[in-house]
Amino acid sequence: MSTALLQLVGIYQTFGAQTVISNLSLSLEKGEIGCLLGSSGCGKTTVLRCIAGFETLSAGEILLSDTKISSVGFSVSPEQRNIGMVFQDYALFPHLTVAANIRFGLHRMHFTMRTSRVTELLEIVGLVNVADKYPHELSGGQQQRVALARALAPRPNLLLLDEPFSNLDVSLRERLSLEIRSILKDQGTTTILVTHDQNEAFAIADKIGVMHQGKIQQWDTAYNLYHSPVSRFVADFVGQGVFLTGKMLNRYQVETELGILMVNMLHQDTALNSYIYSEGSEVDVLMRPDDIVHDDISPLRAIVIHKIFRGAEILYTLRLSGGGTVLSLVASHHNHAIGEGIGIRLEANHVIAFSQVAL
Amino acid sequence: MLRNYFDYYFTVIFCCVTLFGTNVVHAEQIVVFSARIEQLIKPVFDVFTKDTGILVKFVTDKEGALLARLKTEGKNTLADMLITSDAGNLWEAAREGLLKEVQSETLEKNIPDYLRDPQRQWFGFSVRARTIVYNTQKVKSSDLSTYEDLADPKWRGRLCLRTSKKIYNQSLVAMMIAEHGEVKTEQIIKGWVHNLAIDPLSDDTKAMEFVAAGKCDVTLVNTYYYGRLIEKNSALPLAIFWPNQTSTGVHVNISGAGIIKNTRNERAAIKLLEFLSSKKAQHLFADLNMEYPANPEIKPDPIVSAWGNFKHNQMNVAITGELQTTAVKLMDRAGYR
Amino acid sequence: MATLVLIPVGVVVVSSFLSPTNDIWQHLIETTLLNLLINTCWLTLGVTSGSALLGVSLAWFTAVCEFPGRRIFSWALLLPLAIPAYVTAFVALGIFDFTGPVQTLLRSWFGSNVSWFPDIRSRMGIIIIMILAFYPYIYLLARNAFLTQGKRSLEVSQSLGLNLIQGFFKVTLPMARPWIISGMMLVLMETLADFGAVAVFNYDTLTTAIYKAWFSMFSFSAASQLASLLIVIVFVLIIIEQRFRARMRYSETKQSGQIVRIVLVGWRAWSVTYLSFSVLFFAFLLPIAQLIIWASHAFTRNFNQHYFELLWHSLLLSGFSAILICCVALSIIYGARRHSNSATNIAVRIATIGYALPGTVLAIGIFISFAWLDQWFGRIIMQLFRIEIGSFFQGTLLAMLFAYAIRFLAVGYNSIDSSMQRITSNIDEASMGLGIDGFKMLQYIHFPVLKSGIFTAAVLVFIDVMKEMPITLMTRPFDWDTLAIRIFEMTSEGEWEQAALPAVTLVLAGIFPIMMLMKKTEQ
Repeated sequence: MSTALLQLVGIYQTFGAQTVISNLSLSLEKGEIGCLLGSSGCGKTTVLRCIAGFETLSAGEILLSDTKISSVGFSVSPEQRNIGMVFQDYALFPHLTVAANIRFGLHRMHFTMRTSRVTELLEIVGLVNVADKYPHELSGGQQQRVALARALAPRPNLLLLDEPFSNLDVSLRERLSLEIRSILKDQGTTTILVTHDQNEAFAIADKIGVMHQGKIQQWDTAYNLYHSPVSRFVADFVGQGVFLTGKMLNRYQVETELGILMVNMLHQDTALNSYIYSEGSEVDVLMRPDDIVHDDISPLRAIVIHKIFRGAEILYTLRLSGGGTVLSLVASHHNHAIGEGIGIRLEANHVIAFSQVAL
Repeated sequence: MLRNYFDYYFTVIFCCVTLFGTNVVHAEQIVVFSARIEQLIKPVFDVFTKDTGILVKFVTDKEGALLARLKTEGKNTLADMLITSDAGNLWEAAREGLLKEVQSETLEKNIPDYLRDPQRQWFGFSVRARTIVYNTQKVKSSDLSTYEDLADPKWRGRLCLRTSKKIYNQSLVAMMIAEHGEVKTEQIIKGWVHNLAIDPLSDDTKAMEFVAAGKCDVTLVNTYYYGRLIEKNSALPLAIFWPNQTSTGVHVNISGAGIIKNTRNERAAIKLLEFLSSKKAQHLFADLNMEYPANPEIKPDPIVSAWGNFKHNQMNVAITGELQTTAVKLMDRAGYR
Repeated sequence: MATLVLIPVGVVVVSSFLSPTNDIWQHLIETTLLNLLINTCWLTLGVTSGSALLGVSLAWFTAVCEFPGRRIFSWALLLPLAIPAYVTAFVALGIFDFTGPVQTLLRSWFGSNVSWFPDIRSRMGIIIIMILAFYPYIYLLARNAFLTQGKRSLEVSQSLGLNLIQGFFKVTLPMARPWIISGMMLVLMETLADFGAVAVFNYDTLTTAIYKAWFSMFSFSAASQLASLLIVIVFVLIIIEQRFRARMRYSETKQSGQIVRIVLVGWRAWSVTYLSFSVLFFAFLLPIAQLIIWASHAFTRNFNQHYFELLWHSLLLSGFSAILICCVALSIIYGARRHSNSATNIAVRIATIGYALPGTVLAIGIFISFAWLDQWFGRIIMQLFRIEIGSFFQGTLLAMLFAYAIRFLAVGYNSIDSSMQRITSNIDEASMGLGIDGFKMLQYIHFPVLKSGIFTAAVLVFIDVMKEMPITLMTRPFDWDTLAIRIFEMTSEGEWEQAALPAVTLVLAGIFPIMMLMKKTEQ
């Protein structure tokens, strides 16, 4: 049938009167790293727990390698799914050493194989020197890697990572997320990651699903999420940006303070959603910071009302003469004071517009 | 938080009250350390207080604990008198120098020689007889004769005994050692052990219940346990047999008392001792527990009298103390648990 | 603090060197010593492992599973705690002995040959009885562990391919180890110290030998030597356990919220219900029923105003001891935490050894210490004010409370210490970084975590003090009787029927704190 390793088909999960997941579908190819991105309480962890088998479904089904593992009233028990999971708090066994933690899942392996597998994993995650320590004697980053190694040890069909970096400091996060991506890619481990941090998602995942209120708003690559969000929520949630009001001149053009812009009518890859609005309708046009370029000689002027220094660049918040606000990312040697007027230029072929009525 | 402070406050008051409240000694009162339980002594003390106006305060505990306590307290002790339910511990108290010699004609007149200390440091006030009880359906009284006879092979698998850890059995064996010497006594005890139907039991009542149930045929008990059991269930096929009537007599122990060496109320304490030997007290002291009065002038309770008269072993009960350790070791050697 | 607690134990050890007892030792070695040691080993091994098996499995069933009657059983299974072991022993013997109603009935049905009926007067019999009396210690602590453990670790093990049963043995159980070991230590010490139940069965142990040497051979020295042997045994066990635990930690980083119980169905559910019920039946219902029958016989004769006084005294002593012991245990635990090294750890553990000594032996140790204190204090007062005060300290309730503290420190310590394992030093450092220190830290950070441990400790101490006899007997003020003393007086004369009324009252008074405890931990 399909080549997808994991398929979620219209799953629902309810807890009492509360619907945690509603009509959620996604599929993941073998070796792909997927990510569920969403704010806390959006149900993303519950999706992981459903896949792992800790929660039962209220509707829909989950298939792993085309075999049904969960549906209503049916659930392969977690230990038989061969799905590894790294928990948010790592949940390392405090009474076992690092090596013993990693060895824990290898009970079905032949004894002599176990030790070599443990050594292999310790090498992969770079923890050979702490093999005999107890978890409480490790740093947060080390604990994180132990948790990953433990989950990887039995060579799971699928690996689930629940907010894997949330307990780490920011500098460590970035390094570790790249490191982990390369480990996962090297091992060819199909992975689903759950996070609230889009940078993490962008760094690791091949495909990202933005979740909101138990639904996946968009399941797509990072590029498409950023440049072709299918909903106002996704546009808002992923990356920075502001909306400018505009009026459709025809199906292709919209008039805004910045002039007449071309509207992107179709989603980049899929025909999932099209942005087609009737002539004359009022729309909100998404302006990303990189759509606006600083240009001293441009006749278009705007006033700096806010600035954030980011090292290589400065993020300016600018007020247009018409009262609208846009963001602009400018190389940091262009240092302007608040209140100063600067020239800007639009640099976008097509823009995304949303109707003003909320979805 | 407020409640915590209240607790704290309350604790302080509570401690102060208890710290200073309990040790105030009444002028006309005596303090008794008693191994005989409250129910068996309080009525006697009540009568004494009514007659003399002297208050009696007492604590009850096991003999060993009381002796250790007296020894530790030494001069500081508040105790004036020690009451035990056997002679051995009184003997031990005397040996440890805890008791005081008492000169009293009344006591010497009322209590027979063999029931009191030759050095006059303690006196027996009731007699506890250890005798044979048998199953009337399985044993004829004519089959029974002496303690020693129970070692005879004819009783194989028919004897039940209480544990050797109980002082009553230790005293009995001590008396036998005094009579027969260690070697012969050890043979007798080995004979008993050989004849046991089941492992030694934890108390006299249990032993009689086993006899009544037919698990064994004879046992050795103190008479008052028999009295209590029959009072509850008179239908049990049990009867008393008085052994050794043609020889030394039935082994008797005492419940007795002595005055503490460091007493501060000697006069009142002697008064209480003499009172205990009087007719009024003797009735109460013995009858409360279906024991025999130590004063030969006093008749036992009618229920007790009904079990018949018997000859006491007239050997001085102090022997039980002297030979107690020897007896315990002998029983260990003989395998009597 | 720990040293203060150690004095009475020290007195026992020291007094074992006071006078030569070669002849008694010679005698013991020749006759009964080997047998005593074998008996003691079997008993402690059997009772400790049996209680662990029963206590842990029942705790797991009621904490993690769902089966018919779970709600009731979860607190009811603690009730046997309120019944002193010797009462359980006596009642069981009364019912299942050759002369008891069960065997009598069987004989009337099947004739005199019912030798197939298991002999309760056996090593197995006493072990089973003591398991039934002591398993609640382990049940309580293990349940506490399971309830607070959360499901996370089990989920991890599932995601690593272990089923629930494998997970239980490889994760749940090892992680509950401090609690289970604490409970087992309590049971072990209680078993070693027990005199009542073994006396009812006439089963010879080291403790019965101690009493025999002291009371029958008039040698307190020999008794304290035997007691020192007991101390050494417990000491060695403590050291072994410490070594074993070494660097391990048991604090879980985070607890997952609500407990999702494993629902048992079909025969599994009913067999768990059946197991729980039969334990409850033999350990509590049967003894209490027998007690109530006896008590009703004696009720009219014995019940009077006096009983409320006895009850009040018991409650007062138990309540104050519970508070005192929790405070002492907490301060010792904190002391050890501040200056954590193996020496202090071991010193602290030794401080709790009083629990393993036979009550009367420890009572004497305590008594001697108090007497010294009194003499010393008396001399000072004498020199200062020229008045003689006699004994100042002895025979006061304060002295009693101290004595209880020494005896039952282990109970308080073990329960609280195992919860303390949850608080990592990171938490301390984090809160100190926030400027929360000392008492405030205790109040805001530790107390919420320790709450259940402290409460457990308080209830256990409360009930233990209420049942306690030898120390109460020896240290109480004049005319200050408690329920336990009344029970002692009656049972020492074999008047079990008359002992039943105070015993029932004691059990009832113990039930309320137990139910409170369960309500607390159930939340």
